[in-house]
Amino acid sequence: MTRPVLTIENLSVDYLVDPPVHAVKDVSLTLRRGEVLGLAGESGCGKSTLAYGIVRLLKPPAMITSGRAVFHSPEGHDIDWGDLGPEDLRAARWDKISMVFQGAMNSLNPVISIRDQFEDIFRTHRPALRRRERRDRCGDLLERVGVDRARLNSYPHELSGGMRQRVMIAMAMALEPQIMIMDEPTTALDVVVQREILREISRLRGELGFAVVFITHDLPLLLEISDRIAVMRQGEIVELGDALDLYTDPRHDYTRQLLASFPSLTGERGSFVRGALDDRLLALDAIDAGAAKETS
Amino acid sequence: MRYLIRKFGFYLVALWAALTVNFCIPRLMPGDPVEIMMSKLGQKGPVTPETRQSIEALLGADSSRPLPRQYGDYLAGLATGDLGVSVTFFPASVIDIIGRTLPWTIGLIGLATVISFLAGVGLGTLAGWRRGSWLDNLIPVTTMFQSVPYFWLALILLFLLGSVWPLFPLNGGYDVYTVTPGWNGEFLGSVLYYGALPALTIIVSSAGGWMLGMRNMMVSTLSEDYMLTAEAKGLRPGRIMRRYAARNAVLPSISGFAISLGFVVAGSIVTEAVFSYPGIGSALLQAVGGNDYALMQGIFLIITLAVLGANLLVDLLYSVIDPRIRARS
Amino acid sequence: MTADTVALTAPVTRRRPTWPPLTAKLAAGLILGGAVVLFGLLGPLLVQDPSRVGDIGLAGPSGDHLLGTTQTGQDVLAQLAYATRGSLIVGAIVGVLTLLLSAFFGIVGAYAGGWLDELFSLFTNIVLVIPGLPVVIVISAYVPDKSLLLVSLVLAITGWAGSARVLRGSTLSLRGRDYVLACRVAGEKRWRILAVEILPNLIPLLASQVVFAVIFAILGEAGLSYLGLGASGSFTWGTMLYYAQNGLALRLGAWWWFVPPGLLLALFGAALSLINFSIDEIINPKLRSQTRASRRGWRMSSEQLRKAKESTL
Repeated sequence: MTRPVLTIENLSVDYLVDPPVHAVKDVSLTLRRGEVLGLAGESGCGKSTLAYGIVRLLKPPAMITSGRAVFHSPEGHDIDWGDLGPEDLRAARWDKISMVFQGAMNSLNPVISIRDQFEDIFRTHRPALRRRERRDRCGDLLERVGVDRARLNSYPHELSGGMRQRVMIAMAMALEPQIMIMDEPTTALDVVVQREILREISRLRGELGFAVVFITHDLPLLLEISDRIAVMRQGEIVELGDALDLYTDPRHDYTRQLLASFPSLTGERGSFVRGALDDRLLALDAIDAGAAKETS
Repeated sequence: MRYLIRKFGFYLVALWAALTVNFCIPRLMPGDPVEIMMSKLGQKGPVTPETRQSIEALLGADSSRPLPRQYGDYLAGLATGDLGVSVTFFPASVIDIIGRTLPWTIGLIGLATVISFLAGVGLGTLAGWRRGSWLDNLIPVTTMFQSVPYFWLALILLFLLGSVWPLFPLNGGYDVYTVTPGWNGEFLGSVLYYGALPALTIIVSSAGGWMLGMRNMMVSTLSEDYMLTAEAKGLRPGRIMRRYAARNAVLPSISGFAISLGFVVAGSIVTEAVFSYPGIGSALLQAVGGNDYALMQGIFLIITLAVLGANLLVDLLYSVIDPRIRARS
Repeated sequence: MTADTVALTAPVTRRRPTWPPLTAKLAAGLILGGAVVLFGLLGPLLVQDPSRVGDIGLAGPSGDHLLGTTQTGQDVLAQLAYATRGSLIVGAIVGVLTLLLSAFFGIVGAYAGGWLDELFSLFTNIVLVIPGLPVVIVISAYVPDKSLLLVSLVLAITGWAGSARVLRGSTLSLRGRDYVLACRVAGEKRWRILAVEILPNLIPLLASQVVFAVIFAILGEAGLSYLGLGASGSFTWGTMLYYAQNGLALRLGAWWWFVPPGLLLALFGAALSLINFSIDEIINPKLRSQTRASRRGWRMSSEQLRKAKESTL
């Protein structure tokens, strides 16, 4: 087995209010280079808190109380995320691990143009880059996610929800990070757009080889795109395994419940999750194909 | 584009409303302003029929002309820039008086207000950015200055810095004995020296309000999703504060600036009175004191127009810095 | 911050007014404001006639006259008591009138919608951009003998528009909330939805607008009286300052004459501002986040806080 890209050891996050709330309890994980790790669980189970804890974006009173997250660079250095000083931490963010948030509606700054929001990244992390190169790269990134480069001059409110999320993904790729954390990136989108975005993510991952931590409550969706899946409940990882194993042979009761809670299109509750999902996706693919034929 | 048309439309309606208020007040109020003015003017010198006519058009004649006709005469008079003759400053016309006093007011009130706005917004940005810091905890104290009446603060400052420690002159706009008005360094220096205390009064009593408003908007903005994005991007804190937090938080402050201009003008009229500043506020009070109704109405009109104009300017500025407004068409 | 915590802190759809927690700010505001109101209510009963002329003019504070005397030997403390009462009356009248006017033009218009809303909103905005005090000054100039009531009326008429605009904004947003729409679908009567579902949620906002109106009214009246345009024969903080100014109190160094009325005004204004801070924090709970008061509720050591500050904003 190759060297992992991220190791989380016994990470705990508490909300230090009275009484303290243990949001993440003693979580250990390894993220392999280039894999898609799904993180599933109901709302409030701590999956987002875990993700924010990895990059230390937690706001007080939330606090990492024990454990650590270590990033392994391809050159063989280990970076303990918790040991970084403020300046190093800032420099490491987005460069090593970037993020795509839920609700693309609000994760872009409404009053400055898409171009400026792209260029902010390069100006901060790649100050040596010339203006010309910077511009070109921003355009290339947008085209990479299937958005016209003329859109650089747009403001967020001029873009559709799906387009904003594509822009967000393009930004996340800007510095070619090893890891991308995606927190419910498709939840606010309708099913067709959701499908397109997922396909885009899979394609880009294939081309660029970054690892993805994909957080969602939609287990069937994870089964479709993930290599491995971790199921979280009340701050703990109750089951972690290959996507296929988890589906065919769930060990933990809670995983079984989760799987059963998604109704299949064919009627029987939970019995044909995979099949039903495939039907849904096939139907969508058919629509896409039809649309492509019409435009050509 | 539609935004601009809507705005211009609104200000036209507001302008019309202001002119109409100006037309109605002298006619609705008890007493006969025209006669009072005529008798006062008569004491100062001969009154020509033209003067009488223009005053009647402004203030309402009791010769039984129907109101719509009077309204037409009034608007026609305004269109030619005829605001009548002043009693207090006879034989100067109202327009002359306004032309003489307005630059002083715009220089003092305008500059002081802009400085106070910028200082307040700047400090508010910092206070909101570092919540719970000493600056943030200072805010209740600064807003206390807001509830101190302008003129009382002015009195106290005058008492302390004018009488007890005579650092600043007690009143006036410049040193009338040694300096000749004009574009020379001496005069400008004198103007700055005389204007310092009134300006300080305005800044101290109004900056706190801007600061509180900006602080509260900063705090609200900090919990927006795009702030988290900016942080995750690893941008430098200064850049996040300016381009992400303050850039969004300042928008309501700017529209608030427009709304409160009226209050600022009101406060400064009184401030001018305390310092006997040769601006339009002092002229208004002299007019009121001397039953100089034509001058009074003229100054009221000009103040209203200035506030309307400033509001329009702020609205235009707003449309430049908030792209969403431009697109809402 | 995270999707999970947003759900916890976001305002719930059906917000009921709650009493503000008794913070230090609120307590200070209530005590200060209460003291000034008590002084205005009871003071006039305990002091001598404020207009009675004495033979010791411009005497400093002493046993006989706690706050000294004016130029004509009137007792400053007695004047202050009556002036407090006068200014509070103006504040109260304008507060009530502003509440009525702004609620009518702000809430009713926004709730009714359509052309009525357009009309009310246009009217509100016009009143808002026409500067109030110049209008009051001009009107005062025409009416030589004014009662305190008339002055209050004019102040209220020129000052309600700001509140109406704020209320309109909130009503529009409440009107579109899911639970209000649900009531409509359920066939509840329109006035009942307004009274039962919308108004209770506007109470904190109304309260803060009234507090603002009271501050502005008292300040406005003081300015007007200071210029000699106030109600005739009345005692307010502004008229005291007017007489102090005319009696050359400033030149003669009679601080006991011109400092107390302004100070009392400032204290009362500050008390109301402090109360408003607490109301603001109810309307917008975000304002409380990360302040010292909220940090005290956490079980974090200063070391932990420092570490947290290093990593996030």
